[in-house]
Amino acid sequence: MRRIAAASAAILFWALPALAQSIDDAVTTFTLDNGMEVVVIEDHRAPVVTHMVWYKAGAADEAPGVSGVAHFLEHLLFKGTETMEPGEFSEVVAANGGSDNAFTSYDYTGYFQRIATDRLGMMMQMEADRMVNLQLDGEDILTERDVIIEERNQRVENSPGALFGEERNAALYLNHPYGTPIIGWKHEAEALTLEDALAYYERFYAPNNAILIVAGDVYPDEVRALAEEHYGPLPANPELGPRVRPQEPPQGAPRRLTYRDPRVSQPYVIRTYLAPERDPGAQEEAAALTLLAQILGGGQTSVLTRDLQFESQIAVYSGAFYSGTAYDDTSFGLIVVPQEGVSLAEAEAAMDASVARLMEEGVDAEQLERIKFQLRAEQVFALDSSSSLGRRYGAALTSGLTVEDVQAWPGILQAVTEEDILEAASRVFDRNKSVTGWLMAPDTDGGAIAPISASQEVTQ
Amino acid sequence: MIRIVLTAAACLWAAAASAAVEVQEVTTEAGFEAWLVEEPSIPFVSLELRFKGGASLDPEGKRGVTNLMTGLLEEGAGDLDARAFAQAKEALAATFHYDAGDDALAITAQVLTENRDAAMALLRESLLEPRFDADAIERVKAQVMSSIQSDQTDPDAIVGKEAMRILYGDHPYGSAKKGTTDSVAALTRDDIVAAWQAALATDRVYIAAAGDISAEELSALVDTLLAGLPKVGPALPDAVEVSTAAETVVVPFETPQSVALFGHRAIPRDDPDFFAAFVMNQVLGAGGFESRLMEEVRDKRGLTYGVYSYIANRDYSDMMMGRVASANDRIAEAIAVIRDEWRRMAEEGVTEEELEAAKTFLTGAYPLRFDGNGAIANILVGMQMQDLTPDYIATRNDRVEAVTVADVRRVAARVMLPEELLFVVVGQPEGLEDARVVAPVVTQ
Repeated sequence: MRRIAAASAAILFWALPALAQSIDDAVTTFTLDNGMEVVVIEDHRAPVVTHMVWYKAGAADEAPGVSGVAHFLEHLLFKGTETMEPGEFSEVVAANGGSDNAFTSYDYTGYFQRIATDRLGMMMQMEADRMVNLQLDGEDILTERDVIIEERNQRVENSPGALFGEERNAALYLNHPYGTPIIGWKHEAEALTLEDALAYYERFYAPNNAILIVAGDVYPDEVRALAEEHYGPLPANPELGPRVRPQEPPQGAPRRLTYRDPRVSQPYVIRTYLAPERDPGAQEEAAALTLLAQILGGGQTSVLTRDLQFESQIAVYSGAFYSGTAYDDTSFGLIVVPQEGVSLAEAEAAMDASVARLMEEGVDAEQLERIKFQLRAEQVFALDSSSSLGRRYGAALTSGLTVEDVQAWPGILQAVTEEDILEAASRVFDRNKSVTGWLMAPDTDGGAIAPISASQEVTQ
Repeated sequence: MIRIVLTAAACLWAAAASAAVEVQEVTTEAGFEAWLVEEPSIPFVSLELRFKGGASLDPEGKRGVTNLMTGLLEEGAGDLDARAFAQAKEALAATFHYDAGDDALAITAQVLTENRDAAMALLRESLLEPRFDADAIERVKAQVMSSIQSDQTDPDAIVGKEAMRILYGDHPYGSAKKGTTDSVAALTRDDIVAAWQAALATDRVYIAAAGDISAEELSALVDTLLAGLPKVGPALPDAVEVSTAAETVVVPFETPQSVALFGHRAIPRDDPDFFAAFVMNQVLGAGGFESRLMEEVRDKRGLTYGVYSYIANRDYSDMMMGRVASANDRIAEAIAVIRDEWRRMAEEGVTEEELEAAKTFLTGAYPLRFDGNGAIANILVGMQMQDLTPDYIATRNDRVEAVTVADVRRVAARVMLPEELLFVVVGQPEGLEDARVVAPVVTQ
């Protein structure tokens, strides 16, 4: 809904050569002369296509002081071009029986339509048009700015958990823009101007910064012909420049914060650690962390659930989360929601003890094998949704990865060993690169935190 | 015996896409009816089961028991305790979801062809032999209580609960299916066992599958899966009459953005005017960015991120409903605009142009919904619960196309009732001086 694709805690399961039919067989890629990458994912079961354009530009590519402009611009792309009236884009899609929307994240902004296959050319024509011909009216953009403020109200201001998340994220990143909310800080989002939006548009919206993904009942040759017709004539932006963001300095101190809000009736503790992401040609560490998150917090059979919900009654919920698909350093998180009568301090201590136990006892071989089997099965289930496959390619290719990386990822996951997982864990669980947050109501007691001792630390 | 009826492909708009969905109606040896769309190209199957009744079967004083029982089905069965059951499920890479809805208990399964029999045996154990171990009951109870407590300070949950209480009173729809902390705390294992016996009766089961399975295989699977479940369940609730007035009720809650639900009674799904009402609602407030409500409240005035309306046809009630959220100092204007639009629709209906746009969208979007085994199985089971036949897929768009401007005008006057349009607002709204203020019901 011109919505934020919130940084997802979900693990990106990825594809292996499938048992019966390979995902890789369904995927064809090529590049247009102007630098626009194209990914075609074939699925001929129904005469439907998902057409997506992903820009390698998201909230983390914004200039300082205009947080939220990437998302604001995403809304404004529906407000007309030299030849299209405001709102006409979605009207035309709907009048052709399709649906459309867009999303903004830290590393990408994406636009998509889902429609009958024979309308693909029309979608490309309109999407190519608004890549370069946006025309905005001063009034329209003020109303739309009110809309994004209401969007922020709905997603963030009305939710103490979301406000807490913003504070934790800002504390985790000392310098990198991942510490700034995608939707923008309220005071900056309220002050965004047409010039701010256009400056972002003119730099980042160009074919050499975009990826076209077409998933559904199409063949690569016809997509190539249509793409050359509609996107081919657009000029590359020679001034795009390299994609460089401010990086994190060495972090040297554990951070703690407590967010209190009367709207909290269920307190919880979250710790996030700065963690490496999938890098092109070097995804092994991220693969180990992906499996670590499953082992620690992936449901009923996980280590945290065993220790905090079965062998003791500390938590009503516990989990671990890591998503390796990002352009720069991402995070690895642990969460414990304590039972009534258990303090946050006790919950946090039990969480640390559980992680320490894993480091000491090692990985249960059967659990690791079950997880790997589920990852292999996931590639069978993934064949059921070509548009989801398209989104996976889009997220990976806008996060600095290549098609080869995407296709190698399932094999890399399968090759991860217990040793890899424990080594990755010992590197990532460094308190000096972490933020521990408590969310609680005012006038409640979280209990006293024990000082960090050598026995609780699981760093090298 | 397996009776197979092939239903023609779904017809689509203007010679464009056509979803080739062939529905087979399978009658098993034991006499169960199941609908199947066979799609062998990917080696897995999606299975949907619905048992009518769901949380509405909670006995007096036992609110929350069906929800709690449903949460316990995957917490140990047969020889397997909760973790052993989860391990067995993971080892098969099977997915089972159990959900207690207001109208039905829903079970969704996704299983690989290569281990389908083993996965179904495991699913069967969870339905036939749930253990309801004491430690599992305590664990899941604590999760439910935590969720009930969270709802007490969540504006979305508060508005839903208050609106349903005002609309439905003592009917099961009038209270949260999770129950209250008091009612859940008091539930015993005996209560849970009784709820299990009541909720999974095969005289009210609906079955659909899509994916890599033949009619013969599905038939055998269903008979094995359901054998031994109770044959007859308890009486279902009565329908409930809703009456509302054109008033605004405010539930004070400290939060920056007010959240409002609005609505009044509507017509049932099998009413001859349903399609006209459905198309009318498409123009009013359903779907994407093209509706009148989105245009007036969001696009022109920037009062909200999202506003929508919908016809809520449930088993015991039919409502015309909607939702909006706006900052506390803007919600009054949003409400005024929505009331105006409600009246305009009641008085004027829709224009020829609006009608055509709505029809093109609805007829074009319909085949796009059949996108994958999970989605198809879900649609098929929903159709059965609404007493539709498989040929509905092929005729549904014709019914949409048949709606005229005159139909919508007549039906809008019948369905849109501005003098009955109730708003329930949670927040600290400004400019709603005429509103009735109620204290939120704190459920212990």
